[in-house]
Amino acid sequence: MAMLHIVNKSPFEKVTFDSCLGHASAGDSILMIEDAAVGAIDGTAFADKLKAAMADKSVYVLAGDLTARGLSEDRIIDGIKTVDYAGFVDLTADNETTQSWL
Amino acid sequence: MKYTVMINEGPYQHQSSDTALQFVRAALEKGHEIFRVFFYHDGVNNGTRLSVPPADDRLLQKEWSELGLEHGLDLVICIAAAQRRGLMDESEAKRQGLDADNIIEGFRISGLGQLIEGGIQSDRTIVFGD
Repeated sequence: MAMLHIVNKSPFEKVTFDSCLGHASAGDSILMIEDAAVGAIDGTAFADKLKAAMADKSVYVLAGDLTARGLSEDRIIDGIKTVDYAGFVDLTADNETTQSWL
Repeated sequence: MKYTVMINEGPYQHQSSDTALQFVRAALEKGHEIFRVFFYHDGVNNGTRLSVPPADDRLLQKEWSELGLEHGLDLVICIAAAQRRGLMDESEAKRQGLDADNIIEGFRISGLGQLIEGGIQSDRTIVFGD
């Protein structure tokens, strides 16, 4: 039973993203929204951790929250998919359960 | 698919009420049903009609109200959270012996049981908050 994990805090500020990576199972999806969007950027102290999780999980970032923070899509880690709000809704429909890491 | 959405954050805290509003709009556009939107904790502040932000600022309370009226959404404010924060509808204000109410059109005040029922009745429950 696949779960969608929604993370909305920067991994450089709160530990919720870390907690999420520690609990998410293989086949789950992780969606970064709001301040968590900064976690999608490559070359940061957090990037390797997220890349390791991407071995068996799908990772997405809400495009609008990335651009709202002045971050362009060409700076994100290879393999992270960008979604709009419609894509966000699809992820919640495609996964049987959702966990918001507030 | 049937959704219940829970919002735990007010319009001037961070971004979650904005995110939830966009999510609900997108879900409706896709033809999903929004069974209920439940406002809890500081999220109840999305339901006041007395906010007057600067003219160039978004007024999330009005946007929720208008979206709710347009689509017949069930926008529910938690009664205990509302009483703590001074959010009243007419009957509640009367019951408490207060001289005014401030709930915006399209919202109603009820109990936490509405959230539980939403979770049972819906295919998905999505939580937004800080």
